[in-house]
Amino acid sequence: MDRTQLLLGLAVALFSLGLLGVIVRRNVLVMLMCMELMLNGVILSLVTFAQQTATTVGAVLVFLIFVVATAEIALAIPIVLLLVREKRTLDLAAYSDLKG
Amino acid sequence: MLEALVLNLVLFLPLLGAGLLLVSPTDHHDFTRRLTLVVMSLQFALTAWLYGRFDSSVAGLQFETRLPWIQSWGVHYQIGLDGYNILLVMLTAFLGPLVTAGAFSSISKDVKLFYAMVFLIQFAMMGAFLAQDLFLFYVFWEAMLIPMFLMIGIWGGERRIYATIKFFLYTAFGSILMLAAVIYLVYSLQTTSGIVSFAFADLVKARLPLGAQSWLLAAFALSFAIKVPMVPLHTWLPDAHVEAPTAGSVILAGVLLKMGTYGFMKLGFPLFPDATALFTPWLMSLAVLSIVYGACLALVQDDIKKIIAYSSISHLGYVMLGLLSLELVGIQGAVIQMVSHGLVAAGLFLMVGMIYERCHTRELAAYGGLAKLVPVYSVFFMILTLASVGLPTTSGFTGEFLVLLGAFKAAWPPFVLGLNHLPLVLAVVAVSGVVLGALYMLRFALGFLFGATKAPHSPLSDLNTREKTILGLIVVAVFALGLFPDEPMRKTELAAKAYKQLVTTSRLPGRAP
Amino acid sequence: MLTLIVLLPLLGFLLNGVLATQLGGNRVGKSFVTIVGCGLPILSFLLVVKVFFDLQAGGYAPLVETAYRWALVGRSSFEIAFYFDRLSAVMALIVTGVGSVIHVYSVGYMAHDKSFGRFFAYLNLFLFFMLLLVLGRSLLVLFVGWEGVGLASYLLIGFWFEDLANARAGKKAFVVNRIGDAGFLLGMFVLYQAFGTLNMDSINSAFGIGAAKVVPASLVGILLFIGATGKSAQIPLHVWLPDAMAGPTPVSALIHAATMVTAGIYLVARMSGVYLHAPEASAVIAVVGVATAFFAATVAIVQTDIKKVLAYSTVSQLGLMFLALGVGAYGVAIFHVVTHAFFKACLFLGAGSVIHALGGEQDIRRMGGLRQRIPVTFWTFAIATAAIAGIPPLAGFFSKDEILWFAFASTRGGSPLLWGVAALTALMTAFYMFRLLWLTFMGESRMAAKVEAHVHESPLSMTGVLMLLALLSAVGGFFALPHFLEPQLPLPVVDEALHHLEKPLLVLSIVIAFAGLAAAAYVFGAGTSRAEGLQRRFAGLHRWLSGKYFIDELYERLIGRPLVWLSDFVFLRLGDRVLLDGTLNGLAALGRRGAGLLVRLQTGSLHLYAWFVLVGIVGALLWSWRHA
Repeated sequence: MDRTQLLLGLAVALFSLGLLGVIVRRNVLVMLMCMELMLNGVILSLVTFAQQTATTVGAVLVFLIFVVATAEIALAIPIVLLLVREKRTLDLAAYSDLKG
Repeated sequence: MLEALVLNLVLFLPLLGAGLLLVSPTDHHDFTRRLTLVVMSLQFALTAWLYGRFDSSVAGLQFETRLPWIQSWGVHYQIGLDGYNILLVMLTAFLGPLVTAGAFSSISKDVKLFYAMVFLIQFAMMGAFLAQDLFLFYVFWEAMLIPMFLMIGIWGGERRIYATIKFFLYTAFGSILMLAAVIYLVYSLQTTSGIVSFAFADLVKARLPLGAQSWLLAAFALSFAIKVPMVPLHTWLPDAHVEAPTAGSVILAGVLLKMGTYGFMKLGFPLFPDATALFTPWLMSLAVLSIVYGACLALVQDDIKKIIAYSSISHLGYVMLGLLSLELVGIQGAVIQMVSHGLVAAGLFLMVGMIYERCHTRELAAYGGLAKLVPVYSVFFMILTLASVGLPTTSGFTGEFLVLLGAFKAAWPPFVLGLNHLPLVLAVVAVSGVVLGALYMLRFALGFLFGATKAPHSPLSDLNTREKTILGLIVVAVFALGLFPDEPMRKTELAAKAYKQLVTTSRLPGRAP
Repeated sequence: MLTLIVLLPLLGFLLNGVLATQLGGNRVGKSFVTIVGCGLPILSFLLVVKVFFDLQAGGYAPLVETAYRWALVGRSSFEIAFYFDRLSAVMALIVTGVGSVIHVYSVGYMAHDKSFGRFFAYLNLFLFFMLLLVLGRSLLVLFVGWEGVGLASYLLIGFWFEDLANARAGKKAFVVNRIGDAGFLLGMFVLYQAFGTLNMDSINSAFGIGAAKVVPASLVGILLFIGATGKSAQIPLHVWLPDAMAGPTPVSALIHAATMVTAGIYLVARMSGVYLHAPEASAVIAVVGVATAFFAATVAIVQTDIKKVLAYSTVSQLGLMFLALGVGAYGVAIFHVVTHAFFKACLFLGAGSVIHALGGEQDIRRMGGLRQRIPVTFWTFAIATAAIAGIPPLAGFFSKDEILWFAFASTRGGSPLLWGVAALTALMTAFYMFRLLWLTFMGESRMAAKVEAHVHESPLSMTGVLMLLALLSAVGGFFALPHFLEPQLPLPVVDEALHHLEKPLLVLSIVIAFAGLAAAAYVFGAGTSRAEGLQRRFAGLHRWLSGKYFIDELYERLIGRPLVWLSDFVFLRLGDRVLLDGTLNGLAALGRRGAGLLVRLQTGSLHLYAWFVLVGIVGALLWSWRHA
């Protein structure tokens, strides 16, 4: 197994762990962390492919994603914090206000 | 040229009226009422002028306006008067001021909004009758729904929400199917002959195979049959009438129901002659069923508005019978019956409204001996009852007699030749409708006018001048149409002939025209 | 001129209807109403006389006058036109003549009624429509008049509408008439279909030159006769006439004896051109006529209301007129119409005079001994009774005898059976009429005391009319009407072999009349004791006859209740509510339930949503991989 496959394997593993976490875990903050994990898995695979093509496009894209992810986290965490303050629990089951 | 401008003015006057109402002060009810009455009367005066200028010897559209609207689809703003709509336009304009004046004392909440609704409905109805372009027709057809929905829903009776939603959904359902049919029709005209046009004059030349015609006619017929209303699609009408305010019922019975029969006459049958020929036995049976079913149901009602509602179903069955007879006598009779019913039903609903304002009940059992309590009211009531029954010298007789004569004339040859017994059976059953008509209306009159006097909130005041004027005008019109129908029939004759010609000429692809 | 004759009563209706009622605010008094209400009909009568002389001067060529065109459809034109020939002349003279005198009578009879103006307005309206009926040229104009007199009848029967029973009687009359009218309309349609016109003279002549091969004359004949059965109260549509006695007596006299009910006979006579070629229809008419005559006479024997006796008598006499029409003796039927108008109007008005004298009493069991107290009424009533019984040389004898003769001997359907039934009817007629006379006027008084105290003769406006009508009943038979009408309505050919029986049958008629008189005198001469004895002996039959054979109840059971049941249970509850509304509301409920099911997907749980997203993505990827 060469280096690329190893790295991709790691990216897939990270992504899967993150996805699994989002689906299975009930703690809101843990779900957020898992979503970040998914994001990192995707970024890792992107870096791997970028290195292979040896163009600058990949690297630029990676930095773009870093920035967007940071902005996203900067917004997501306060929203979750406000929600938690409202509901007084981190259990996802309490967040069913959108029920039909 | 001037007439064409006046016709446009006639159409848009209610819209202008609604606009004027918008900017007028909200709580000056008297001003609102007077303004509405003035605008409506002006519309009637202009329409009467156009009626006088209408030339009976010219076939086709008169006072036409044709402006491109959506060029790429072939949609035009095209309006005009011809024998099909002249009498109905006159009826609409005639009832406008009467509806307005009739609602003076019954509507006291949100008066401005109410009359705005009346204007919008008037605009939409006028437009539907005047439109010669199918797209324009459809726009007006749909446009009438919302103001009516609001009118019933806001100023109506106890079960108004149920009634108005039922009315809206029922009618809209049919309309959606009609829209699909319209689009298909235009599309098929485009593919077969390259003409992209929504104009009725162009669409009537389309050639479609029988299967397509049948589906399209079914879609159109569903929409129109709901509006007429024909049994079994009629159940929205009693509820809508009972829950609507008086003005709403008058507009509904007076003009709105005619849009269905007008649709059949102008669009449904002429556009799909072969499908019409195929469906005639069914449609005719439904028409006669409407006559009998409506009459039977009117016989057992205890709500006075429901009696008149079911009588409308019965009367309009005659119109459908006349249209389907394809005899000139029957077709002319159908048109006269449309106008006659508009006048008589409007008058009866106005009268119900007048007594409701005084007694606040619609139960027949709560009334009795009104001929003694309110004699002037009773005279008008008796006249309109007799017109509904079809007594000769009233417009009801003219319509019914000519329709039945036409139906019989169409039914006799097939019977004698042994080809088809159904039309004659239907014609004979339809004639029995005159007996049923007398039965339910006279039962109504018996319980209402005669016997021991009984009415909630008596002593009752008899009709005031405004009410007498409104009813007097209607009664004059009823007798004019009953005694002197020749003149109106001159105006519609060429259109009736054109209708007959269009519906009896096959338009299957491949056949010579 | 003809148009003017028709319009004068209409003017009276409008003037009195608006000014003399609450519609116009009761602006005028009784004298105005009287002058307008009686004057215009009398004027009409004078104009009819004048036109009659014009007709005579012109050699009896029919006068035609077109008022205006009602409608034009294609090439056939419906016109409002009037037609005056011998038959119209006779009918118009009776309508305006007898009509006018009854108007004059009403002045006295209705003098204390608070709706005096309304009454005369309605009477004038009736006259207008009746004139349209008899003077109309086309079946359309006739039909307008036909329905119009039905309207006037409805309004006048229910004149005293505070009592619901009266209004109900009016409604019954209108509806039963309408049933006949349905048949009439169909007959008109067949004729229009065949000839493209409804002008009666054109139709008659068309049949004369052989249209009978194209159009089934008997079908038309029967359909028009159905209309006549309604209007002229023959079986099975006779049920409205006895109930119509609820109206004021002048109404009963004018409408339900002299004029409106004879419209059916006029129709058949006018359309004789059709009936001459319709032997089946004529046979039906004759049988129905004689059956009705017999049946009504049996019922009249046991009636106890003075007006009801006369009502059933009218039905019976109308039956005899139809018998005459059925055997082709059209002129004779019209002759009986005329004589019947005289004596029946006299009888009804006389009854009115009695009722007026007794302050409203109508039960003949509570009358008697009036002969000396109201002599004019008694004598005029007696003359009219003798006339209807067929005592010579009064008017009824001539017309009735001719009917019996032609019923026996006409080659167009006459038979001994018809004669037999008719003769029996004549016997019963004499019997019950003299019964009426005896019980009402003769013998000891059975009146209530306070009624008896107020018995008084009627004013001259009433008795004068009675005397005039009694005179006409006496001498009216001498005018040989059938011969006058013969150029237009030929008398049927009489079977040669039976010619010799004419005189014997004539004698037999006279014997029958006197036999009836004698029987009545025997049974009722000494008060009611013998009659009561007979009543006890034949109690069952008596109940059957008093109940009018329970036909009203039969109709109610067979038609009335099933119709209401059908409308209420089948159409309204089952059809409209359960089936149609049920379907609609069911569809709406279905929509709501479907939405209810779908809503369960919206649990609000983000996990589930995420799971859905995952499943969706996987599914989409698989699908695109499959279909790439």
